[in-house]
Amino acid sequence: MDVSFILITVAALAVTGCIAAVILYFVSQKFKVYEDPRVGQVESALPGANCGGCGFPGCHGMACALVKADDISSLFCPVGGADTMGKIATILGKEVVASAPKVAVVRCNGSCDARARNLEYDGAKKCAILAANFAGETGCSYGCLGCGDCVDACQFGAIKINEATGLPEVDDDKCVACGACAKACPKGVIELRNKGPKNRRIFVSCINKDKGAVAMKACKNACIGCGKCAKECQFGAITVENNVAYIDFMKCKMCRKCVAVCPTHAIHELNFPPRPAAKPAEESAGQPKADAQA
Amino acid sequence: MKLSAGSSIRELPVPAEVKVPVGQHIGAPAVPVVKVGDAVKVGQLIAEAGGFVSANIHSPVSGKVKKIEDFVDANGYRKPCITITVEGDEWDESIDRTTAIRREITLEPAEIINRVKQMGIVGMGGATFPAHVKLSVPPGKKCEALIINGVECEPYLTSDHRLMLEHGDEILIGVKILMKALGVSKAYIGIENNKKDAIENLTRLASGFEGITVQPLKMRYPQGGEKQLIDACIGRQVPSGKLPIDVGAVVQNVGTVFAIYEAVQKNKPLIERIVCVTGKPLREPSNLLVRIGTPVKNLIEAAGGMPDDCGKVIGGGPMMGRPYSNLDVPVVKGTSGVTLMNKADSKRPEPSACIRCAKCVSVCPMGLEPFLMSKLAMLGRYDDLRDANVMDCIECGCCSFTCPSNRPLLDFVRLGKGKVGAQLRAEAAAKKAAAEAAKKAADEKPEAK
Repeated sequence: MDVSFILITVAALAVTGCIAAVILYFVSQKFKVYEDPRVGQVESALPGANCGGCGFPGCHGMACALVKADDISSLFCPVGGADTMGKIATILGKEVVASAPKVAVVRCNGSCDARARNLEYDGAKKCAILAANFAGETGCSYGCLGCGDCVDACQFGAIKINEATGLPEVDDDKCVACGACAKACPKGVIELRNKGPKNRRIFVSCINKDKGAVAMKACKNACIGCGKCAKECQFGAITVENNVAYIDFMKCKMCRKCVAVCPTHAIHELNFPPRPAAKPAEESAGQPKADAQA
Repeated sequence: MKLSAGSSIRELPVPAEVKVPVGQHIGAPAVPVVKVGDAVKVGQLIAEAGGFVSANIHSPVSGKVKKIEDFVDANGYRKPCITITVEGDEWDESIDRTTAIRREITLEPAEIINRVKQMGIVGMGGATFPAHVKLSVPPGKKCEALIINGVECEPYLTSDHRLMLEHGDEILIGVKILMKALGVSKAYIGIENNKKDAIENLTRLASGFEGITVQPLKMRYPQGGEKQLIDACIGRQVPSGKLPIDVGAVVQNVGTVFAIYEAVQKNKPLIERIVCVTGKPLREPSNLLVRIGTPVKNLIEAAGGMPDDCGKVIGGGPMMGRPYSNLDVPVVKGTSGVTLMNKADSKRPEPSACIRCAKCVSVCPMGLEPFLMSKLAMLGRYDDLRDANVMDCIECGCCSFTCPSNRPLLDFVRLGKGKVGAQLRAEAAAKKAAAEAAKKAADEKPEAK
């Protein structure tokens, strides 16, 4: 083969390459998009789960918002928690306000034995579809439907259905409080509550707004709105509205008195040490249920 | 499968107690105008329409108002209900209870529409859309043809069929009333070919009425769908997102027409309706004339009692109806039928993977792609679902019925339709608010100057 043929090819390619490089240089100068280098740093500090728990479309969106914002106290990554937010604050040189960690809480206690099924649903196994068709398989039209939309929504494997009770259970350690499950639940059973000191929490595990007798007929564990707990509470943390009690976690002092007086054991306490032996009956009644819910 | 086509309409005895829900129609629920303890007569107004798209409700019985409180409805949710304890059967004096047929139409169009509104007439085919809203043609649009739906919306049901056989004259007078109200000269009564006797009866009677044509139609579910019926009768297709009036058509069911005849000519409000009680396990499938508010279990009792082999009781027909969550629920204005399914038929087979046979696509009467729409709904891709025209779905159920893999196609399409519908409503509301804000700003500007 002729050597000049190879040389011409190489030269032609080199010249084309040079021209292309020059064009590319000018084009890239012309259409340059400036991105704050801190966005990349912040994004790498974020967990990268892209769960949307912060309210932005993925971690990149959150990073952009963080860099842009003058005051980042309103922004919070529920997955990374205070540690991550602290790191980001150092990167950005801004102040961070400590936010109490939260956790998803299932406010339904209508386990299979407490809530009789009088209907059988035969359609697609999805809570949203079931809820659009009718109130549910049991007499309670407020409680958990048990098809597991919350399980499908959780990206962290923190929630799963307990086969024995038919209710979803949240794993405290895995739950990052992104709120996806609460959004997915058509009945609004799941609530994000403060994780509490030492993960201790007290909450009313029922949202049935029916009158006491009706609620009781549908489910043995239902809150009947009797108001005993509200009377017992010294801190004004409990309100009874629409026949159902609600404990404000900002006011609750974790005294556990309401748990003891609830006639239907609808109030749950989580991660508390066992009660003093003086009240063995209550402990055996309340504690296993609370454990099942944990 | 028309098990009850041969049984003539029977009047069901008035029950001891009726429960009348205040939300029996599409639109805003009615507002009760009676108090607990009030004595009411048959036909007395007990709840007033709560808006333009709403309907009056009249007492179906005479007696005392026992309570006004929430009661479990067919879907298991608690809805406000007026409970009346029956005492005797005393009718309001203004109602003409004779069986004589009144042929002369004396009211003017506006009076007819007002009467229909006063008497609380809603679409009796099952959709329960207030009839006066359909009759009030919006300005700028013109009704060219009135189409009467005598197709019988679903398999099994025969209430419209019996009505056309037994009350043909009244229906035709009702059609004339509607023609006068709408100012149209042409009316078509669409009837499926499987009801030869009804076609014959109405064709014979219609010869005495000018402008009414009885149109035999091919037997094919869902021929009774509004859009399908318009296409079959006058060859016009309603575009996506438009209403029948946009192609110059108004559609009413024969049941509604009969109710309008009674309202206009006899001054009788909508207090009773014909309900078809049918199903394979039932001993005597029947067509019953039932007061609104009668518990569904009374109807089943009248049709030979609850059979042992009953898997579910459906309110409506087998394709689009919804199962009753309990049988104490009352008959409402939209209860066109009560269908009992035997245990074998009521169990849905286990779904398997989609085999891409496209049967659902070929049966869809709206030309949609159910397999795609259900998948998009499953994945939560609602924007794509909107582009797939999910809002055009009429929820006839043909796709789920035909699927060889027994996939719950319609379940997911309905879910997606709900989500997309909510999106569209939110957008429309935002648009309206923005327009109002702009208008307000424009109004304020000149003042500022």
